[in-house]
Amino acid sequence: MNARGHNRFDVAAARRRCKAYRRRILDISQTVGALHIAPAFSCLEIVDVVYHGLMRKGDDGADVDRFLMSKGHGCMAQYAILEDLGVLDERELELYCKPGGRLGAHPDYGVPGIEASTGSLGHGLGMAAGMAYADKLQNIESVIYCLVGDGEMQEGSIWEAVMMAPNLGLGGLVAILDFNDYQGLGRTTETHPHFLPMTDKVRSFGWETANVNGHDAAAVHAAIAGRAGDRPFFLVCNTVKGKGVSFMEHAPIWHYRAPSPEEYRQAIGKLTEVSA
Amino acid sequence: MRNTFADTFYELGKADPRLAVVVADISPAGSIAKFRQEFPDRFINTGVAEQVMIGLCAGMALRGMRPFAYTIATFALYRTFEFVRDDLCYQDLPVTVVGIGGGVTYSTLGGTHHAMEDVAIAAAMPNMQVVAPCDPAETAAATRFLAVESAHPTYLRLGKAGEPDLTKGAVDRFEFGKVRYLKKGRDTCILSYGPMAKMAFDVAARLEAERQETVSVVSCHTLKPLDRDGIAAALGSHRRVVVIEELVPHGGLGARVKEIAWEVRADCDVRTFSLRDEFIHAYGSHNDLLAAHGLTTETVLAGLR
Repeated sequence: MNARGHNRFDVAAARRRCKAYRRRILDISQTVGALHIAPAFSCLEIVDVVYHGLMRKGDDGADVDRFLMSKGHGCMAQYAILEDLGVLDERELELYCKPGGRLGAHPDYGVPGIEASTGSLGHGLGMAAGMAYADKLQNIESVIYCLVGDGEMQEGSIWEAVMMAPNLGLGGLVAILDFNDYQGLGRTTETHPHFLPMTDKVRSFGWETANVNGHDAAAVHAAIAGRAGDRPFFLVCNTVKGKGVSFMEHAPIWHYRAPSPEEYRQAIGKLTEVSA
Repeated sequence: MRNTFADTFYELGKADPRLAVVVADISPAGSIAKFRQEFPDRFINTGVAEQVMIGLCAGMALRGMRPFAYTIATFALYRTFEFVRDDLCYQDLPVTVVGIGGGVTYSTLGGTHHAMEDVAIAAAMPNMQVVAPCDPAETAAATRFLAVESAHPTYLRLGKAGEPDLTKGAVDRFEFGKVRYLKKGRDTCILSYGPMAKMAFDVAARLEAERQETVSVVSCHTLKPLDRDGIAAALGSHRRVVVIEELVPHGGLGARVKEIAWEVRADCDVRTFSLRDEFIHAYGSHNDLLAAHGLTTETVLAGLR
């Protein structure tokens, strides 16, 4: 197990996986009325890197590191990956948002692979900080990964956690911002014209920060694996909402809508491996 | 009460490394200061930032710890409400939220600092336990239970400092989830929780001296889960049951006792006394504020004629 907190990472394999995950999510979209496709597509490469390239297992096979999807509406990305890893079985995903199922449109604590209930924005980072701190107190050398959204960064509670995490010396906390520049009513940078630069803001609170293209899996992996790790790390990932299906990219309607059968066929036809 | 909580927490925390306290810029009373010195890693001050106080507690509990969040009741529960609900209650984590100064304890600080609805709000949430001990010794017993045994989130409502000892001659021991007879009689039974037990004893003494009644005084320290059988038994064994509570009229013990009385078809008289459903712009001692809400020994006695 690598003490720095990462695994070997094959970018070509990651691209193939992410294409398959997008396909899987589109397939599920044909069985339910609505789901968050675009918010999952913007963070897919990131979540794939975390699960496949970063999170470690101990010698006993148990998970050492943890991942919290604080932007809970991106959870289709997490479900598809957990299924691929065998943590969730196919039947669980078939029952997504259906009676008898236990996977909903937001991650729910108690479901295998889900570390905390999120979906109400602004909750995950504080909990992730608490998890990292508890592990530190208990001499567990873990890394807690927490994915936040740019809409979510507007919650005051996020800034409480941003202020607090460096005080606690949380070298085991990695926060990743899926900056797709969209929120409910339009562009984040239009809602908040001074939203950027985010790295400067967070760094000024005592974090180590970096900024990469969030669809460039190699860059995401390198940035996190190469962090100094002596304090919490915040990675801003520039992403595209709906990435991977051209007509879904930058189109707010796909925040929470399932494609019609015709749109689904088009989407499948347009799916390509995302390289950056 | 605050000091007893601190003493008890300090003693338990010395032995159990899972215990931690997360405060939001509240100067630690008594032994919590000692705890802070001896175990600085397990004393966390988030500053004036209550949401992350709850978030940290949740995260720590998710990783096996048993944290206590601690600040003034309004900030501990109201400012943080959705964090308490989602992070603690929805995930059913063993975190205790300590609210200092429940009711109108902070009688000179104005309405912004009055937690007049805290018990109702906390009890409305699934999984949440609500505990309001009546004196220092009961605070110690409750703290011990919450630190050692409890498996669920809890709102622990405490007063401030200087509450009298009321449980020295208690009939029953403290048992979480059970009503506790502090004194047993046959005619009237007075149910209360928190520092209002003092008023319950004063009313009891007057009823006994002036009206020749024998009176039970009961500490309903566990508001949730409420001891329904214990309340039903009190309703069945007294001709009058009185509830005195430092809470708005809605959603508190009085309302629950009336519900139970209806369900068990109790034929005793039930009378409830509470704060008013009003924000009162008044200042003075704690008793002055209670009086401004119409809650005094005299008004209760007058209401029992």
